Parts: sequence; structure tokens; C-alpha cells
Amino acid sequence: MVQFSEEKLNKVKEIIARYPEGKQKSALIPVLHLAQESFGGWLSAETMDYVASLLQIKPIEVYEVATFYSMFNLKPVGKYLFEVCQTGPCMVSGSDNIIDYIKSKLGIDVGETTADGMFTLKTVECLGACGYAPMMQLGKHYREHLTPAKVDEIIAECRAKAN
Amino acid sequence: MGRKLLLENAHIEGIRYYDTYRKNGGYAAAEKALKSMGPEAVLEEVKKSGLRGRGGAGFPTGMKWSFIAKPEGVPRYLVCNADESEPGTFKDRYLMEFIPHLLIEGLLISSFTLGANACYIYIRGEYAWIPDILEQAIQEAKNNGWLGKNILGTGFDLEIYVQRGAGAYICGEETALIESLEGKRGNPRIKPPFPAVKGLWQCPTVVNNVETLAAVVPIIKYGGDEYIKLGTGKSTGTKLISACGNINKPGVYEIEMNISVEEFIFSDEYCGGIKNGKRLKACIPGGSSVPVLPANLLLKTAKGETRMMTYESLADGGFATGSMLGSGGFIVMDEDQCIVKNTLTFARFYHHESCGQCSPCREGTGWMEKVLKNIETGKGKMSDIDLLWDIQRKIEGNTICPLGDAAAWPVAAAIRHFRDEFEWHVKNPEEALRRNYGLAHYADPLPVPAAV
Repeated sequence: MVQFSEEKLNKVKEIIARYPEGKQKSALIPVLHLAQESFGGWLSAETMDYVASLLQIKPIEVYEVATFYSMFNLKPVGKYLFEVCQTGPCMVSGSDNIIDYIKSKLGIDVGETTADGMFTLKTVECLGACGYAPMMQLGKHYREHLTPAKVDEIIAECRAKAN
Repeated sequence: MGRKLLLENAHIEGIRYYDTYRKNGGYAAAEKALKSMGPEAVLEEVKKSGLRGRGGAGFPTGMKWSFIAKPEGVPRYLVCNADESEPGTFKDRYLMEFIPHLLIEGLLISSFTLGANACYIYIRGEYAWIPDILEQAIQEAKNNGWLGKNILGTGFDLEIYVQRGAGAYICGEETALIESLEGKRGNPRIKPPFPAVKGLWQCPTVVNNVETLAAVVPIIKYGGDEYIKLGTGKSTGTKLISACGNINKPGVYEIEMNISVEEFIFSDEYCGGIKNGKRLKACIPGGSSVPVLPANLLLKTAKGETRMMTYESLADGGFATGSMLGSGGFIVMDEDQCIVKNTLTFARFYHHESCGQCSPCREGTGWMEKVLKNIETGKGKMSDIDLLWDIQRKIEGNTICPLGDAAAWPVAAAIRHFRDEFEWHVKNPEEALRRNYGLAHYADPLPVPAAV
């Protein structure tokens, strides 16, 4: 069963307290972020229903938001999600080569997860790091000035962390 | 060296933290505003400064503030737009990451002026590590009496909260941002009513960009009269430019709006010239939405005058031969870059980011992406170029919010200035897969118009 820890429930209360009384729906996006972090990196229907009950809103209000914003994953992803930018400024700085390199290195296509469930590759649109291109998001942080050698290091780092 | 106002102290180690920021003159402007000026005088100073919205639209900030409705007993809100998502733009990130107290101080002065007791910073979800930095700065400010109840004994209360978005360019549009803050999809609202009358939770709200709100600090510190001494004409003060693409020194630069585009690209103080000794082909000077210009129209206007880094000069010639300063997202392309492919990535971007409310944008952006993809991959027809032109014309001006225009303009400008590159792709589909069109004639001097 999906259930936040005591600590996370307190966090939810703290978030709701940022808004005027009765406006707890405003907490939806922050709470969905918290839920995605807490329950395996994606939002299942069960998770979304749980969030709806916490905020006392209808489940459909959660679904319509979760499906609108690209950071919410609606199906399971690997332990490490590579989100590589492919918009103009990254493209002119060589992001296509980086995407191809990751594909061949991990043996997966964009949108796929490695068989061991470790890595998912996703292409994304501009993340606001154009001066440090090519780049990708990995968890909470950005990895910038990517080269094939840097990609190798990142993959090795993830594998080491997982072991 | 141009004068710096926002990044004046950016080089000081530890400026991210309260003690260092305060020691270097931080919060002096807030003290001046709250203790000796009062809201009306601050508003007058901001109006006098000529400050224009730094998010992209360039609307006068003082005027925007003066529109806020003040019905009795209804709370007012200030919302800081930190959704920074326009491709090519990464300036607000720099301010928030390295000088968060400058923003907090700007929010304090601005909230005080507007009579807002709660302020929300809406930051794009992908900047996931920055809320921690901002929240730490907010806590420091609070501990030192700059936030909370009865600030400096003036009776003014203020709380600042940070809210993360979750990956939607459209939430940079102010009414979509408000919807998102209310926990909904980022669908822009029909205006009127404007946020100044009915904004967040139907209360009067002002939404301003990070850089705009930070700029209020030096305006109060030095005075509006000093601020307008910097810059040119209606482009007063300084502007952050985030430079990227094929240049030697990508990064965030604060410029006085009185330097030429040529100086900005080629001088060592700024971009340091084109990377790998290549030649300049084209540039998108104000974020992906603004028209792309070929090198020869970028450095000089159609009238043969030197193009300057100002709102007016970059727009000189209208869309026929000019562009816009926009958000200051400055994207430089060298002779090896393909305009068709670059335009395709933008069309894909806008298709991905369209909220889907208005059919011209929802359908048109996808259609443009498809047609551009055909041309880029050697499956295009000559009639596709006119088709693209036709689609973008039918999107522009026919949508609730400016995303439609933002999607139409880059396609229109690419065809307007680089039509022969599109034709070359259609006529040489196989060659176009192997190589790019190159610089062609795009840097050739234009005929100087005869004096009238």
C-alpha cells in the first residue's frame, strides 16, 4: 500500500500551510514531486489516488495534472534516468552525437530501459543550460559539457553507486 | 568595461550567503525603501528608471505595478516568474544560484511597494537543486529580520515561498503560471481580466521575471536617474545576456545596453568570437521565439547602421529585417550549422510545449514539425516551403496566449532569410543528408541603400 512516512507527511502539511485556507490544491505539484521521489520514480494510479485523498481533491484533478507536466513519469523508469536535451542550442553543440553514444553504450533506444532496470534514456526539450551544452539531467542535478568520455564516467558512477 | 549592477558583487566569494551579501552593501536598498521611502516613492523611482520586464516582453515594470487593483480587504500577491524555459535562456538560473539574496531583497522591496504579504517564487521543476539554495537564503533573511512579521518595525509582514513547476514551458506565460500555482494544468487564461485585477486565487497579482525583480535593488540603491544614465533610449540600465551556441565563451554576461552586437560576439570581454576559427552564419538574439537573422543583417541593420544590443536596435526593420532582444537568450550559429535542422528542433519544442487549448497552435505546431522533418530528411517538396509559410501565418495572432506567435516566428524568419537553404534541401535530398548548406552568401555585405 502507498503511504508516506511520518516525516514526509509532515512535509506535506508544511507545503499546504504555504497557501491560504481552502487552497490546498495548490500543493498538488509539490506533493506529486514528493510522491514520485518516494515511490520508485514514477506515479502509479494508486499513488495518484493517495495524493488526491491527502489533498481532499478528486482523483481526476490529480490525473489531469500528472499527465500535463513532462517531469511526471506515468510508467516505471530505470533506477537512473538520463534526460538528454536535444533543443536548438544543445543540437548545434553536438547533442545528437551524445544521444547516439548513450544509445550504443547502453544498447537501448530513446524511451527504453536497460534489461537490468538500471538506466532509462529519455530526450527532453530545453532545460536552461544552453551555455553548458550538451547536457542532461540526472536526478536532481545537471551534467553539463558532455563528451563520450564523460558519459562513460557517469555510467560507471551510477553502476558503482548501485552496487 | 561596462558598469555592472546585478553582477557587481558576483565575484565575491561567499556572496551566496547572508553575512557576505550584507557586508557588501546588501539589504541597504531594502532598508532605504521600507524606512525612508514608502511604497509611493519606490513606485515613482521604478517608473523613473524606465525598467522594462526582463522576461522577454519588455513591458514597463512601473506601469505594470501601477495597474494592481486595491480592493479593501482582499490580499494582493507578488509572483516571481522563475520558470525560465525559453531555449537559449539561462540567466535567471545564474542569479538564483549565485546571488539569491539579491532576488530576495528585490522581492522584499517589490512586495512592500505592491502591498503584498505573500510572495511565491515559481521555479521550473528541472532546476531541482535551486529551491534548496533559495530556501536557505529565505531562512537567513528571516533570521535577520528581513522577512516575517513587522519587518524593521514598519508593520509590514512578508513571507516568501518557493514552488517548483514540473516541466512545462507554457508556465512561463503569466496566467498559465498562476493556474499551475493553483495546482492545475498550465492552460493560459483568457484576458481580461488581467492578473493585476484577478490573478492568483482571483486576487490582484503581479507576475515579474527574476531579473526584473532583482533590478529593483540597484534602482532603489542608486536611484532611477542614475539607472537611466546607463543604456540607450528606452533601453535603460543593464541586461543579462545568456550567450550560447558556437562561441568561445558561452555564459551569462551583464551588458550596459550601449554596445554593438559585433562587439558582444567578437570581443574577449564577452563571447570571444566564433569557436574553432569558424565564421558567423546566423544568430537568434533573444531566445528561440524571436526571428533568426543571417550574419549580414545581424551586425548591421538594413539601413546600414551598426546594430546595437538594445530593444530598439535589435528590432530595427521590424520582422522584415530585424529581430528582438526578447529574454536575452543569445544563440550563435557558425557556418557549419543547418538552419532547417535548427528550425526543426524549435518546431518540435513548440509542438511538445503547446498546452493544446487552441487548435491553431495544437495542430499547427505538430504540422510544422512534420513538414520540417520531411524537408530535413530529404522527403520534402518545393510546395512544402509555402505550406510552412501558410501554417505559421494561420497560427500567429489566433491563439489565447503568445505561444502560438512564439512557434510561428522562428519558422517565418527562417524561410524569410534562408529560403534558398530550404530549396537546396528539397532539390538535393541525398546531399542534404550528407552535408550542410554551409555559410553560402549569408555573411556577404548587403547593398547599402541610397540616401533619400
